Order: sequence, then C-alpha cells, then structure tokens
Amino acid sequence: MCRTVDLRQAVLARNDDSARELRAALAARGTVAVNLLSSPGSGKTALLEAELGLARRRGVPVAALTADLATENDARRLARSGAPVKQVLTDGLCHLEARMLAGHLDGWLPQECRLLFVENVGNLVCPASYDLGESLRVVLASVTEGEDKPLKYPTAFGLANLVLVTKADLAAAAEFDEAAFTANVRRVNPGVEVVHTSARTGDGVGALLERALAVLEGAEPHRPVMSAAPHGHGHDHGDGGRHEHGDGHRHEHGHGPAVVGETP
Amino acid sequence: MHEMSIAAAVVEQVDAAARDHGAAGVARVRLRVGELAGVVPQALDFCFELACAGTLVEGAVLHTEPVTARARCRPCDTEWAVGMPPDLCCPSCSGGGVELLSGRELQILDVEWAERPDVPAEQKG
Repeated sequence: MCRTVDLRQAVLARNDDSARELRAALAARGTVAVNLLSSPGSGKTALLEAELGLARRRGVPVAALTADLATENDARRLARSGAPVKQVLTDGLCHLEARMLAGHLDGWLPQECRLLFVENVGNLVCPASYDLGESLRVVLASVTEGEDKPLKYPTAFGLANLVLVTKADLAAAAEFDEAAFTANVRRVNPGVEVVHTSARTGDGVGALLERALAVLEGAEPHRPVMSAAPHGHGHDHGDGGRHEHGDGHRHEHGHGPAVVGETP
Repeated sequence: MHEMSIAAAVVEQVDAAARDHGAAGVARVRLRVGELAGVVPQALDFCFELACAGTLVEGAVLHTEPVTARARCRPCDTEWAVGMPPDLCCPSCSGGGVELLSGRELQILDVEWAERPDVPAEQKG
C-alpha cells in the first residue's frame, strides 16, 4: 500500500451534491429557490416582507424560509404577508447547508409554491461558500453599511446573480456614494445588476419578485465570473468536466450558485 | 465561522478514505485552498485539530497549499493575478468575457497514512 494516496476531492462535495439534488427536485416540481444573503441588520426581512406581500396580491404562490441563530421574530414579521413561512433556528451555526434546507422543506413546502425565498443567516462570510440549490443568489447591502462592502466581502458579492441596495431612502443621510458602491460591485462581479430599493418608500420593491419570476420562466440569471471558476469541485480540470471517482460517484464540474443549465 | 464545518467535512472524507484503505491512522492531509475560497487557513488549522478528535485522522498535520487567483480576458487574451480584493475587470480592454482560471479551489489533494508501529514490515503497503 502506498503511504500517500491522492484523493483530489472537493471539501464541499457533499454539500454541492445535496444542492444539485435539491435544485433538481425543486425544478421537477416547478419551484425556484432564491437565496438571500446579507449582513445582519441590512433590511433583508423588511424587503422580503414587502416582496411576499406583493407576490400574494399578484397571486404568485410564494413561500419563505428564514434562518437565524435564535428567535422567531423574522418568521412572525414575514408571516404578516400571508405567505407560508418557516423559521429555522440554526442553534449557533453561521450558515445554512443544502441538506439542512432540504430537511426543512421536506413535508413543509406547499405543493403549489413556485418561488421559495430563503433568508440565510445574516452573515456575508460563511453562507457564501454553501450552494443551497438556489437558482438565484441575491446579495443585499444597505446604504448605511459603506460603499466598500463588496470589496470587504468579495466572495459573497462576487457570487451574486443580483445585488440589491436596501434602505435607499437613507442614502442622503448616510452620504452613500452610489457610484463608488457600483464600481466596487463591478470590480468583483462584472456585469451583475444592482437595484436600489427602499422597503419604507416602496421604491424598487417588486424588482426581486420580477427577477425571480423571470428565472422561473426560464431566463438565465447573470453568471458571475467567480462562479464559473474551478473551485475544487472534484478533480482537476481537463477531464471533460466529469471524472469517475474511486467510490463510483460522479461529480460535475463548473457549478456555482447559478447553475444555469439546471434551472427550469 | 464556517471553518469548523469545512474542517469537519475534511475530517469526514479523510476518515472514510482511511477506512477504505485499511489505514491505521493519518500522518498528513494536504489541502489546496484558493485565494477566493473564503477560507482562512489559520482558522481552518485550529478547527481541524478539534474536528479530528476521536477519528482516524487524530494527530494528523494539516498542510495548506495556497492557490493564487488568476483570470483571463477571452477577447484580448490578457491574463492577470486578480489580487485581494479581486479585480475581475480586464486591465487591458475593460471588456466582458473574463474567466477565472484559479482561486476558488477548496480541495483535499492527498493524504499520507501513518505507519502502524505494531505491524510487521511485510504487512505494510
């Protein structure tokens, strides 16, 4: 027996496999998942509450799952929209994983649901590494957080299919430099759309729902430069994208949060 | 801090491989971590030691190989190290069509098994 053995396994292979399975299972029932990432207090819940309310008024079957370390406050707020809402308490864990999400959806996600919004744990570091089987990854930043947020958290912003600026009504008071923020987003994620929103005034509310509906109808989300790179999902490249593992499992390459080819 | 989850995933995979290979223990695990993988090697090292406890991987040394993030502009064929924070816009033509060549790796490269002290030499691999 050789003392050193090549494994060449992606560390997050299991999560990526679970995410792929979940995305396929959701696609098979005609549901698209939207993964919302931001730092704590950026206004994810307020914006999502407005978007869910709008979806309900337009007759779009939506549901939301919200993850926090503790309290059911966010679920209570989101439930005011009338949409089915589930609170997940991560009990200290800083992010959701695909298998965890699949477990929470099992037996809960209403059959008629077309858009599932997943409000990830408020954190711009850890959730960025975990594909949840979403077809649209949205990163939010409020105007009070500073224009350099995309540069401080390049993986989160770099993997976004859509960037939403929240609390736009406070932009003047916070002296938010919109051009600098947009330039910083473009630097880590060239070509991604940036939409300014205010849950308070209603400006930009509906953009998230529209973008999610477009993906549901088959539109290809923006593909970030960062998502298309090899990130150790399986073996070295140059093998035609697939490689048989010793354990008989096959892994596909090049999948990121936006697996365009797998969206319905 | 998701390094604990990452460390647990590494240990789980290496522990399974050690069982598959009938290894008595693990001396070293080599990881490749890209600049843009979102993982802090020092934090991972600390978590790895905790995650190893009670497994075949206990006592193993974690060796992390950093991978520089590089991108290429397809239209003008310019290649550059994107740096940190990364600049993914082409420095030559500022056009679209940029692809990331490396930097998102988070991969277990190889594993070195520990010698079993009480096993005669001919039974070793």
